Amino acid sequence: MMYGFHWDLSSPLAFAWSILPIILIGLTVTLEATALGFAFSLIIGLGLALLRRARARWIAWPTALVIEFIRDTPLLVQLFFLYYVLPQYGVLLPAFLTGALALGVQYSAYMSEVYRAGLDAVPRGQIEAAAALNLSRARAYRSIIIPQAIPRIIPAMGNYLVSMIKDTPILSIVTVMEMLGLARIIGDRTFRYLIPLTLVGALFLILSMSAAAAVRRLERALPKTGIPLR
Amino acid sequence: MTDTPIIRFQNVSKRYGDLTVLDHFDFEVMSGEKVTLIGPSGSGKSTVLRILMTLEPVQEGVVELDGLSYRQPGRHGPFHASARHLHQIRSRVGMVFQNFNLFPHMSVLRNITEAPVAVLGLSKADARARAHELLEMVGLADKAQAFPAQLSGGQKQRVAIARALAMRPRVLLFDEPTSALDPELVGEVQEVIRRLAHEHDLTMLLVTHEMRFAREISDRVCFFDQGRIVEQGPPGEIMINPAQPRTRAFLGAYLPETSTG
Ligand SMILES: Nc1ncnc2c1ncn2[C@@H]1O[C@H](COP(=O)(O)OP(=O)(O)OP(=O)(O)O)[C@@H](O)[C@H]1O
Ligand SMILES: [Mg+2]
Repeated sequence: MMYGFHWDLSSPLAFAWSILPIILIGLTVTLEATALGFAFSLIIGLGLALLRRARARWIAWPTALVIEFIRDTPLLVQLFFLYYVLPQYGVLLPAFLTGALALGVQYSAYMSEVYRAGLDAVPRGQIEAAAALNLSRARAYRSIIIPQAIPRIIPAMGNYLVSMIKDTPILSIVTVMEMLGLARIIGDRTFRYLIPLTLVGALFLILSMSAAAAVRRLERALPKTGIPLR
Repeated sequence: MTDTPIIRFQNVSKRYGDLTVLDHFDFEVMSGEKVTLIGPSGSGKSTVLRILMTLEPVQEGVVELDGLSYRQPGRHGPFHASARHLHQIRSRVGMVFQNFNLFPHMSVLRNITEAPVAVLGLSKADARARAHELLEMVGLADKAQAFPAQLSGGQKQRVAIARALAMRPRVLLFDEPTSALDPELVGEVQEVIRRLAHEHDLTMLLVTHEMRFAREISDRVCFFDQGRIVEQGPPGEIMINPAQPRTRAFLGAYLPETSTG
């Protein structure tokens, strides 16, 4: 029994049906962790991208180093770092928040690259035209650069969202009860692993495929020339 | 045209790395004057315009526009000037680019009203009214709601001219405004520039390879070669009877009636 649901071992189908509600609770945790991790990655990634583009070298250069460091270290190392090291310095976060933060930090390095590539793809002539019209730097970003970067940035972000969904099981290592963690516990207690793991696999498949389809649709729906803000 | 200079280059050097594009360059343009820059590729014509538009900093010398020096004493960074100072300079000068550089995600109307609203603080209604006048002037009154992708090259460039004029510059720079156009569309853009030249006291600097057109609209033609003005004067003199052999050779390729002797 878990979360008040009893499993029914009479037949494979009955077993699958009886543990589905438990797995679905795990699914909500998976989705919540992805959503929060993704939000973190968008915000931290934007911060990194802007610092990376700073005119001052003493800001841009260390930022590049940090981005490279994050990219070149495994997610699990960062997760352990946040989970075991931070508490020693008095920062005690709930496991779920720690996990989402680790996802966010890892993906922020990719996101900063997405922002950078999107902004850099806006032709130089556009920025020069903005300057010739005496638009301020901030206004040029808001009216000219960002709107034209968005159609490139959003699909790339979507692809990282899809891949982040698939990274969430790693959170089970720090006791976050997402889908895979629950499936394993059910397996441990019933000595039947095939069905819970297959269920989880199928749910990931559905999740990934529908997210990827949504990204493709969004990509097609975005006007290629850009999206005026306001 | 008056006899007060509005643009002044004094002893200006501009380098890209090891390449010196302008070497101790001197140049003056009077307020209201229409000046055409001609010369071979790579001779520094665009560079002069881009410096004036504050798109490129200079390494040495003095550049002034309307009494404003481009560099401020004690300032650092590539331009040696504050953002506010560059803003003041840019408020007096506009540019029309070879490749139009219209904002593709905005309607024609929004292309023209964006900066007047954001920079000059015009109300949207005023900016639109002015944009419609300008579109009328360039013969595109019916295109306000179109997007750049729906326009021909000639129409795009006319919108770009209207967009630049909406900022009410004192100096307008044209860098080969018809070079990216199909031949049959060159005329409509030239017609707009011609009218501007004849009917406005705007100071105009134009880079072009269209020699006949240069002759029609300019008070003065400057022949550039290797970052220097080799020869300059009224178009009638420079283009019909150039003194310098290099000018002759260059013009010979463009104007059949110039003797290349
Ligand atoms: N951003 C840059 N970096 C390096 N070199 C540059 C850059 N811009 C221009 N140059 C060089 O400076 C020289 C002058 O260029 P400029 O664009 O002013 O020539 P131009 O007279 O306008 O020629 P064209 O008729 O081909 O437009 C050329 O040799 C060019 O290659
Ligand atoms: Mg040029």
